[in-house]
Amino acid sequence: MSHAENSLIQAAALCFSRNEERIFGPLDFHVHAGEALLVRGDNGAGKTTLLRVLAGLLVPESGEVLLNGDAFSHEAFVVLAAYLGHKHGHKAELTVLQNLRFSAQLRGLAEDAGLEQLIAECGLAGYEDTAAGKLSAGQNKRLSLARLKAQGSRLWLMDEPYANLDLAGIAWVNALIQAHVADGGGALISSHGAYAAPEVPVRTLEIFRSAAYA
Amino acid sequence: MRKSRALLQRDLSLMWQKRSDAIQPMLFALMVCVMFPLALGSEPVRLAQSAGAVIWVAHLLASLLVLDNLYRSDLEDGSLEQLLLAPVPLPMVIASKVAVHWLTTALPVLLITPLLAQLLFLPEGLLPVLMLSLTLGSLLMSLIGAMVAALTLGIRRSGMILALMALPMYVPVLVFGAGSVYSASQGLPWLGAIWLMCAGLALLLVLAPWAAATALRIALN
Repeated sequence: MSHAENSLIQAAALCFSRNEERIFGPLDFHVHAGEALLVRGDNGAGKTTLLRVLAGLLVPESGEVLLNGDAFSHEAFVVLAAYLGHKHGHKAELTVLQNLRFSAQLRGLAEDAGLEQLIAECGLAGYEDTAAGKLSAGQNKRLSLARLKAQGSRLWLMDEPYANLDLAGIAWVNALIQAHVADGGGALISSHGAYAAPEVPVRTLEIFRSAAYA
Repeated sequence: MRKSRALLQRDLSLMWQKRSDAIQPMLFALMVCVMFPLALGSEPVRLAQSAGAVIWVAHLLASLLVLDNLYRSDLEDGSLEQLLLAPVPLPMVIASKVAVHWLTTALPVLLITPLLAQLLFLPEGLLPVLMLSLTLGSLLMSLIGAMVAALTLGIRRSGMILALMALPMYVPVLVFGAGSVYSASQGLPWLGAIWLMCAGLALLLVLAPWAAATALRIALN
Protein backbone atom coordinates (compact mmCIF):
# COMPACT_ATOMS: atom_id res chain seq x y z
CA MET A 1 0.00 0.00 0.00
CA SER A 2 2.57 2.56 -1.06
CA HIS A 3 0.02 5.20 -2.06
CA ALA A 4 -2.48 4.41 0.62
CA GLU A 5 -2.50 7.98 1.85
CA ASN A 6 -3.91 9.35 -1.42
CA SER A 7 -6.42 6.62 -2.07
CA LEU A 8 -10.07 7.66 -2.27
CA ILE A 9 -11.31 4.52 -0.61
CA GLN A 10 -9.37 1.74 1.00
CA ALA A 11 -10.41 -1.54 2.56
CA ALA A 12 -8.22 -3.13 5.20
CA ALA A 13 -8.85 -6.78 6.10
CA LEU A 14 -12.51 -6.22 5.38
CA CYS A 15 -14.77 -9.17 6.23
CA PHE A 16 -18.50 -9.59 6.15
CA SER A 17 -20.59 -12.46 7.46
CA ARG A 18 -24.29 -13.06 7.46
CA ASN A 19 -25.75 -15.54 9.95
CA GLU A 20 -22.22 -16.64 10.82
CA GLU A 21 -21.54 -17.53 7.20
CA ARG A 22 -18.60 -15.68 5.68
CA ILE A 23 -19.78 -13.79 2.59
CA PHE A 24 -16.40 -12.30 1.64
CA GLY A 25 -13.06 -11.35 3.06
CA PRO A 26 -10.61 -10.63 4.35
CA LEU A 27 -10.21 -8.13 1.49
CA ASP A 28 -7.47 -5.52 1.06
CA PHE A 29 -7.68 -3.07 -1.78
CA HIS A 30 -7.71 0.62 -2.55
CA VAL A 31 -8.97 2.91 -5.28
CA HIS A 32 -6.92 5.98 -6.17
CA ALA A 33 -8.05 9.10 -7.89
CA GLY A 34 -7.70 8.49 -11.61
CA GLU A 35 -8.24 4.76 -11.64
CA ALA A 36 -11.00 2.23 -11.77
CA LEU A 37 -11.21 -1.01 -9.86
CA LEU A 38 -13.26 -3.76 -11.42
CA VAL A 39 -14.69 -6.19 -8.88
CA ARG A 40 -15.35 -9.49 -10.61
CA GLY A 41 -17.06 -12.50 -9.21
CA ASP A 42 -19.73 -15.03 -10.03
CA ASN A 43 -23.35 -14.57 -9.05
CA GLY A 44 -23.56 -14.83 -5.28
CA ALA A 45 -19.87 -14.13 -4.76
CA GLY A 46 -20.73 -11.10 -2.62
CA LYS A 47 -20.13 -8.18 -5.01
CA THR A 48 -23.31 -6.35 -4.09
CA THR A 49 -22.70 -7.01 -0.40
CA LEU A 50 -19.17 -5.62 -0.73
CA LEU A 51 -20.46 -2.43 -2.32
CA ARG A 52 -23.13 -2.07 0.34
CA VAL A 53 -20.52 -2.48 3.07
CA LEU A 54 -18.32 0.14 1.40
CA ALA A 55 -21.30 2.50 1.25
CA GLY A 56 -21.94 2.02 4.96
CA LEU A 57 -25.33 0.41 4.37
CA LEU A 58 -24.06 -2.77 6.03
CA VAL A 59 -21.73 -2.99 9.00
CA PRO A 60 -18.60 -5.06 8.34
CA GLU A 61 -17.85 -7.98 10.62
CA SER A 62 -14.23 -6.94 10.97
CA GLY A 63 -11.69 -4.79 9.20
CA GLU A 64 -12.27 -1.22 8.21
CA VAL A 65 -13.00 1.12 5.34
CA LEU A 66 -10.93 4.30 5.00
CA LEU A 67 -12.12 7.29 3.01
CA ASN A 68 -9.36 9.64 1.85
CA GLY A 69 -7.19 7.93 4.45
CA ASP A 70 -9.55 8.70 7.34
CA ALA A 71 -11.85 6.37 9.21
CA PHE A 72 -15.24 5.79 7.61
CA SER A 73 -18.02 8.17 8.49
CA HIS A 74 -21.42 8.59 6.90
CA GLU A 75 -20.88 12.34 6.49
CA ALA A 76 -17.57 11.83 4.69
CA PHE A 77 -19.06 9.16 2.45
CA VAL A 78 -21.99 11.22 1.20
CA VAL A 79 -19.64 14.06 0.29
CA LEU A 80 -17.06 11.85 -1.40
CA ALA A 81 -19.01 9.14 -3.12
CA ALA A 82 -22.11 8.24 -5.09
CA TYR A 83 -23.61 4.78 -5.07
CA LEU A 84 -25.40 3.10 -7.94
CA GLY A 85 -27.29 0.07 -6.69
CA HIS A 86 -28.67 -2.74 -8.78
CA LYS A 87 -32.11 -1.25 -8.21
CA HIS A 88 -32.40 1.93 -10.25
CA GLY A 89 -33.24 4.18 -7.29
CA HIS A 90 -35.68 6.62 -8.83
CA LYS A 91 -39.46 6.84 -8.80
CA ALA A 92 -41.41 5.25 -11.65
CA GLU A 93 -44.21 7.79 -11.20
CA LEU A 94 -42.01 10.85 -11.69
CA THR A 95 -40.68 12.06 -15.02
CA VAL A 96 -37.04 11.79 -16.04
CA LEU A 97 -36.50 15.49 -15.39
CA GLN A 98 -38.32 15.45 -12.02
CA ASN A 99 -36.20 12.54 -10.83
CA LEU A 100 -32.94 14.20 -11.81
CA ARG A 101 -34.02 17.57 -10.44
CA PHE A 102 -34.88 16.02 -7.06
CA SER A 103 -31.53 14.30 -6.85
CA ALA A 104 -29.71 17.52 -7.74
CA GLN A 105 -31.73 19.58 -5.25
CA LEU A 106 -30.93 17.15 -2.45
CA ARG A 107 -27.29 17.97 -3.08
CA GLY A 108 -27.94 21.68 -3.18
CA LEU A 109 -27.43 21.96 -6.94
CA ALA A 110 -30.25 23.50 -8.91
CA GLU A 111 -29.88 24.43 -12.54
CA ASP A 112 -32.32 22.88 -14.94
CA ALA A 113 -30.29 23.85 -18.01
CA GLY A 114 -27.48 21.51 -17.01
CA LEU A 115 -29.94 18.70 -16.43
CA GLU A 116 -31.48 19.01 -19.90
CA GLN A 117 -28.02 18.74 -21.39
CA LEU A 118 -27.23 15.76 -19.19
CA ILE A 119 -30.40 14.01 -20.31
CA ALA A 120 -29.39 14.52 -23.93
CA GLU A 121 -25.88 13.19 -23.23
CA CYS A 122 -27.36 10.08 -21.69
CA GLY A 123 -29.39 9.30 -24.79
CA LEU A 124 -32.70 10.20 -23.19
CA ALA A 125 -33.41 13.35 -25.21
CA GLY A 126 -37.13 13.63 -25.89
CA TYR A 127 -37.99 11.64 -22.77
CA GLU A 128 -37.64 14.55 -20.31
CA ASP A 129 -41.33 14.57 -19.48
CA THR A 130 -41.89 10.82 -19.70
CA ALA A 131 -42.56 8.99 -16.45
CA ALA A 132 -39.59 6.77 -15.61
CA GLY A 133 -41.95 3.81 -15.26
CA LYS A 134 -42.70 4.02 -19.00
CA LEU A 135 -39.03 3.71 -19.96
CA SER A 136 -37.37 0.43 -20.83
CA ALA A 137 -35.04 -1.33 -18.40
CA GLY A 138 -32.00 -0.08 -20.32
CA GLN A 139 -33.31 3.49 -20.37
CA ASN A 140 -33.91 3.28 -16.62
CA LYS A 141 -30.28 2.25 -16.21
CA ARG A 142 -29.25 5.25 -18.29
CA LEU A 143 -31.35 7.47 -16.05
CA SER A 144 -29.71 6.16 -12.88
CA LEU A 145 -26.29 6.66 -14.46
CA ALA A 146 -27.31 10.19 -15.35
CA ARG A 147 -28.21 10.73 -11.70
CA LEU A 148 -24.81 9.39 -10.66
CA LYS A 149 -23.14 11.87 -13.01
CA ALA A 150 -25.31 14.74 -11.82
CA GLN A 151 -24.21 14.18 -8.22
CA GLY A 152 -20.69 15.28 -9.09
CA SER A 153 -19.03 12.94 -6.59
CA ARG A 154 -15.38 11.97 -6.90
CA LEU A 155 -15.84 8.29 -6.21
CA TRP A 156 -18.41 6.14 -7.96
CA LEU A 157 -19.51 2.82 -6.50
CA MET A 158 -21.27 1.06 -9.34
CA ASP A 159 -23.10 -2.22 -8.93
CA GLU A 160 -23.43 -3.94 -12.31
CA PRO A 161 -23.59 -0.71 -14.34
CA TYR A 162 -23.72 -2.71 -17.58
CA ALA A 163 -26.86 -4.69 -16.76
CA ASN A 164 -29.74 -4.25 -19.22
CA LEU A 165 -27.72 -2.07 -21.59
CA ASP A 166 -27.26 -2.64 -25.31
CA LEU A 167 -23.81 -2.57 -26.97
CA ALA A 168 -24.01 1.18 -27.55
CA GLY A 169 -25.02 1.57 -23.92
CA ILE A 170 -22.05 -0.44 -22.68
CA ALA A 171 -19.71 1.67 -24.81
CA TRP A 172 -21.40 4.76 -23.41
CA VAL A 173 -20.91 3.60 -19.80
CA ASN A 174 -17.25 2.90 -20.54
CA ALA A 175 -16.87 6.40 -22.01
CA LEU A 176 -18.62 7.84 -18.97
CA ILE A 177 -16.25 6.07 -16.57
CA GLN A 178 -13.29 7.01 -18.75
CA ALA A 179 -14.20 10.69 -18.63
CA HIS A 180 -14.80 10.49 -14.88
CA VAL A 181 -11.46 8.81 -14.24
CA ALA A 182 -9.61 11.19 -16.58
CA ASP A 183 -11.16 13.99 -14.54
CA GLY A 184 -9.43 12.72 -11.43
CA GLY A 185 -12.31 10.64 -10.13
CA GLY A 186 -12.24 7.03 -9.05
CA ALA A 187 -14.63 4.21 -9.73
CA LEU A 188 -15.30 0.84 -8.20
CA ILE A 189 -17.30 -1.26 -10.61
CA SER A 190 -18.78 -4.65 -9.90
CA SER A 191 -19.46 -6.97 -12.78
CA HIS A 192 -19.93 -10.68 -13.25
CA GLY A 193 -17.36 -10.42 -15.96
CA ALA A 194 -19.21 -10.87 -19.22
CA TYR A 195 -18.62 -7.33 -20.42
CA ALA A 196 -15.67 -5.39 -21.71
CA ALA A 197 -13.89 -3.21 -19.18
CA PRO A 198 -13.45 0.52 -19.75
CA GLU A 199 -10.23 1.67 -21.38
CA VAL A 200 -8.81 3.30 -18.27
CA PRO A 201 -6.17 2.31 -15.75
CA VAL A 202 -8.09 -0.62 -14.40
CA ARG A 203 -7.22 -3.18 -11.81
CA THR A 204 -9.27 -6.24 -11.14
CA LEU A 205 -10.32 -7.70 -7.83
CA GLU A 206 -11.67 -11.22 -8.08
CA ILE A 207 -13.89 -12.34 -5.26
CA PHE A 208 -15.17 -15.80 -4.58
CA ARG A 209 -17.14 -17.12 -1.68
CA SER A 210 -15.01 -16.93 1.47
CA ALA A 211 -11.78 -16.15 -0.38
CA ALA A 212 -10.24 -13.31 -2.31
CA TYR A 213 -7.30 -12.91 -4.65
CA ALA A 214 -6.54 -9.35 -5.60
CA MET B 1 -34.33 24.39 4.02
CA ARG B 2 -34.23 24.02 0.23
CA LYS B 3 -33.48 20.36 0.64
CA SER B 4 -36.47 19.75 2.87
CA ARG B 5 -38.62 21.62 0.36
CA ALA B 6 -37.30 19.35 -2.39
CA LEU B 7 -38.20 16.31 -0.28
CA LEU B 8 -41.72 17.58 0.41
CA GLN B 9 -42.21 18.52 -3.21
CA ARG B 10 -41.16 15.06 -4.37
CA ASP B 11 -43.40 13.22 -1.92
CA LEU B 12 -46.33 15.47 -2.77
CA SER B 13 -45.96 15.03 -6.51
CA LEU B 14 -45.65 11.27 -5.97
CA MET B 15 -48.87 11.33 -3.99
CA TRP B 16 -50.51 13.44 -6.68
CA GLN B 17 -49.60 10.79 -9.24
CA LYS B 18 -51.22 8.17 -7.01
CA ARG B 19 -54.10 10.37 -5.88
CA SER B 20 -56.71 7.65 -6.36
CA ASP B 21 -55.00 5.79 -3.49
CA ALA B 22 -55.92 8.65 -1.16
CA ILE B 23 -59.61 7.84 -1.60
CA GLN B 24 -59.18 4.29 -0.32
CA PRO B 25 -58.76 4.95 3.43
CA MET B 26 -61.67 7.36 3.16
CA LEU B 27 -63.91 4.72 1.59
CA PHE B 28 -62.69 2.14 4.10
CA ALA B 29 -63.64 4.30 7.08
CA LEU B 30 -67.01 4.95 5.46
CA MET B 31 -67.58 1.20 4.99
CA VAL B 32 -66.72 0.44 8.62
CA CYS B 33 -69.21 3.07 9.75
CA VAL B 34 -71.87 1.64 7.44
CA MET B 35 -71.32 -1.88 8.79
CA PHE B 36 -72.08 -0.89 12.38
CA PRO B 37 -75.75 0.09 11.97
CA LEU B 38 -76.21 -3.13 9.98
CA ALA B 39 -74.88 -5.18 12.88
CA LEU B 40 -76.19 -3.08 15.74
CA GLY B 41 -79.63 -2.15 14.40
CA SER B 42 -80.65 1.27 13.20
CA GLU B 43 -82.05 2.72 16.43
CA PRO B 44 -80.75 6.30 16.60
CA VAL B 45 -80.44 6.26 20.41
CA ARG B 46 -78.31 3.15 20.48
CA LEU B 47 -76.13 4.31 17.57
CA ALA B 48 -75.65 7.72 19.13
CA GLN B 49 -74.17 6.08 22.24
CA SER B 50 -71.43 4.31 20.33
CA ALA B 51 -70.95 6.79 17.46
CA GLY B 52 -67.80 8.44 18.84
CA ALA B 53 -66.13 5.12 19.60
CA VAL B 54 -67.02 3.62 16.21
CA ILE B 55 -65.66 6.60 14.29
CA TRP B 56 -62.48 6.47 16.36
CA VAL B 57 -61.94 2.77 15.62
CA ALA B 58 -62.69 3.36 11.93
CA HIS B 59 -59.97 6.02 11.84
CA LEU B 60 -57.53 3.76 13.65
CA LEU B 61 -58.10 0.82 11.28
CA ALA B 62 -57.90 3.05 8.21
CA SER B 63 -54.55 4.46 9.34
CA LEU B 64 -53.27 0.95 10.01
CA LEU B 65 -54.12 -0.26 6.51
CA VAL B 66 -52.04 2.35 4.74
CA LEU B 67 -49.08 2.21 7.10
CA ASP B 68 -47.08 -0.32 5.11
CA ASN B 69 -47.01 2.00 2.08
CA LEU B 70 -44.97 4.54 3.99
CA TYR B 71 -41.52 3.22 3.02
CA ARG B 72 -42.30 0.08 1.02
CA SER B 73 -42.28 1.53 -2.49
CA ASP B 74 -39.08 3.47 -1.77
CA LEU B 75 -37.48 0.26 -0.55
CA GLU B 76 -38.54 -1.71 -3.61
CA ASP B 77 -37.19 0.66 -6.25
CA GLY B 78 -33.97 1.50 -4.41
CA SER B 79 -34.91 5.14 -3.69
CA LEU B 80 -34.58 4.49 0.02
CA GLU B 81 -30.92 3.49 -0.44
CA GLN B 82 -30.35 6.70 -2.34
CA LEU B 83 -32.06 8.73 0.40
CA LEU B 84 -29.91 7.00 3.03
CA LEU B 85 -26.82 8.01 1.05
CA ALA B 86 -27.96 11.56 0.31
CA PRO B 87 -26.43 14.48 2.20
CA VAL B 88 -29.65 15.08 4.15
CA PRO B 89 -30.34 13.89 7.69
CA LEU B 90 -32.51 10.77 7.63
CA PRO B 91 -34.91 12.10 10.32
CA MET B 92 -35.68 14.98 7.97
CA VAL B 93 -36.48 12.54 5.17
CA ILE B 94 -38.79 10.63 7.51
CA ALA B 95 -40.48 13.77 8.85
CA SER B 96 -41.29 14.82 5.30
CA LYS B 97 -42.64 11.37 4.48
CA VAL B 98 -44.83 11.31 7.58
CA ALA B 99 -46.16 14.80 6.87
CA VAL B 100 -47.15 13.89 3.32
CA HIS B 101 -48.50 10.53 4.46
CA TRP B 102 -50.72 12.24 7.01
CA LEU B 103 -51.93 14.79 4.46
CA THR B 104 -52.90 12.12 1.97
CA THR B 105 -54.26 9.34 4.20
CA ALA B 106 -55.50 10.82 7.47
CA LEU B 107 -56.72 14.21 6.25
CA PRO B 108 -59.23 12.77 3.74
CA VAL B 109 -60.73 10.60 6.49
CA LEU B 110 -60.89 13.64 8.77
CA LEU B 111 -62.71 15.55 6.05
CA ILE B 112 -65.52 13.00 5.80
CA THR B 113 -65.82 12.65 9.58
CA PRO B 114 -68.78 15.09 9.77
CA LEU B 115 -70.57 12.82 7.31
CA LEU B 116 -69.72 9.74 9.39
CA ALA B 117 -71.02 11.55 12.47
CA GLN B 118 -74.32 12.20 10.67
CA LEU B 119 -74.57 8.56 9.60
CA LEU B 120 -74.19 7.37 13.19
CA PHE B 121 -76.37 10.05 14.83
CA LEU B 122 -73.51 11.52 16.84
CA PRO B 123 -75.15 13.90 19.37
CA GLU B 124 -74.86 17.51 18.35
CA GLY B 125 -72.18 19.45 20.14
CA LEU B 126 -69.84 16.46 20.22
CA LEU B 127 -68.56 16.93 16.67
CA PRO B 128 -65.99 19.65 17.54
CA VAL B 129 -64.59 17.48 20.35
CA LEU B 130 -64.47 14.47 18.05
CA MET B 131 -62.74 16.41 15.27
CA LEU B 132 -60.19 17.88 17.67
CA SER B 133 -59.36 14.54 19.25
CA LEU B 134 -59.16 12.84 15.86
CA THR B 135 -56.86 15.49 14.42
CA LEU B 136 -54.42 15.08 17.31
CA GLY B 137 -54.90 11.32 17.37
CA SER B 138 -54.27 10.84 13.65
CA LEU B 139 -51.04 12.84 13.90
CA LEU B 140 -49.97 10.68 16.84
CA MET B 141 -50.86 7.50 14.98
CA SER B 142 -48.90 8.60 11.89
CA LEU B 143 -45.81 9.28 14.03
CA ILE B 144 -46.09 6.00 15.96
CA GLY B 145 -46.77 4.21 12.69
CA ALA B 146 -43.62 5.67 11.15
CA MET B 147 -41.53 3.98 13.85
CA VAL B 148 -43.29 0.62 13.64
CA ALA B 149 -43.31 0.56 9.84
CA ALA B 150 -39.57 1.26 9.88
CA LEU B 151 -38.97 -1.64 12.27
CA THR B 152 -40.91 -4.11 10.15
CA LEU B 153 -39.54 -2.96 6.80
CA GLY B 154 -37.04 -5.81 6.62
CA ILE B 155 -39.85 -8.35 6.62
CA ARG B 156 -41.20 -9.00 3.17
CA ARG B 157 -44.87 -9.61 3.99
CA SER B 158 -45.17 -7.45 7.04
CA GLY B 159 -48.90 -6.62 6.96
CA MET B 160 -50.01 -8.72 9.92
CA ILE B 161 -46.93 -8.28 12.10
CA LEU B 162 -47.15 -4.54 11.47
CA ALA B 163 -50.73 -4.52 12.75
CA LEU B 164 -49.82 -6.66 15.76
CA MET B 165 -47.01 -4.29 16.69
CA ALA B 166 -48.79 -1.03 15.95
CA LEU B 167 -52.15 -1.74 17.61
CA PRO B 168 -50.84 -2.01 21.19
CA MET B 169 -48.99 1.26 20.67
CA TYR B 170 -52.18 2.90 19.42
CA VAL B 171 -54.01 1.94 22.64
CA PRO B 172 -53.16 5.07 24.65
CA VAL B 173 -54.11 7.27 21.70
CA LEU B 174 -57.46 5.50 21.42
CA VAL B 175 -58.09 5.56 25.18
CA PHE B 176 -57.50 9.29 25.49
CA GLY B 177 -59.02 10.20 22.12
CA ALA B 178 -62.24 8.24 22.40
CA GLY B 179 -62.21 8.96 26.13
CA SER B 180 -62.38 12.71 25.55
CA VAL B 181 -65.44 12.27 23.32
CA TYR B 182 -67.08 10.03 25.93
CA SER B 183 -66.38 12.51 28.75
CA ALA B 184 -67.84 15.32 26.67
CA SER B 185 -70.97 13.26 26.01
CA GLN B 186 -71.40 12.74 29.76
CA GLY B 187 -70.94 16.44 30.39
CA LEU B 188 -67.63 15.84 32.15
CA PRO B 189 -64.47 17.91 31.62
CA TRP B 190 -62.75 16.54 28.51
CA LEU B 191 -59.86 18.95 27.96
CA GLY B 192 -57.48 16.96 30.19
CA ALA B 193 -57.31 14.09 27.71
CA ILE B 194 -56.76 16.56 24.86
CA TRP B 195 -53.87 18.21 26.71
CA LEU B 196 -52.31 14.80 27.32
CA MET B 197 -52.53 14.07 23.62
CA CYS B 198 -50.93 17.44 22.87
CA ALA B 199 -48.10 16.55 25.23
CA GLY B 200 -47.69 13.19 23.50
CA LEU B 201 -47.64 14.96 20.14
CA ALA B 202 -44.93 17.37 21.29
CA LEU B 203 -42.85 14.43 22.52
CA LEU B 204 -43.29 12.34 19.38
CA LEU B 205 -42.72 15.22 16.96
CA VAL B 206 -39.25 15.44 18.43
CA LEU B 207 -38.52 11.77 19.06
CA ALA B 208 -40.32 9.80 16.35
CA PRO B 209 -38.26 10.88 13.29
CA TRP B 210 -35.04 9.98 15.10
CA ALA B 211 -36.40 6.70 16.43
CA ALA B 212 -37.75 5.78 13.00
CA ALA B 213 -34.39 6.65 11.38
CA THR B 214 -32.59 4.33 13.79
CA ALA B 215 -35.16 1.60 13.23
CA LEU B 216 -34.82 2.01 9.47
CA ARG B 217 -31.05 1.57 9.57
CA ILE B 218 -31.46 -1.55 11.73
CA ALA B 219 -34.16 -3.01 9.51
CA LEU B 220 -32.09 -2.55 6.35
CA ASN B 221 -28.95 -4.11 7.79
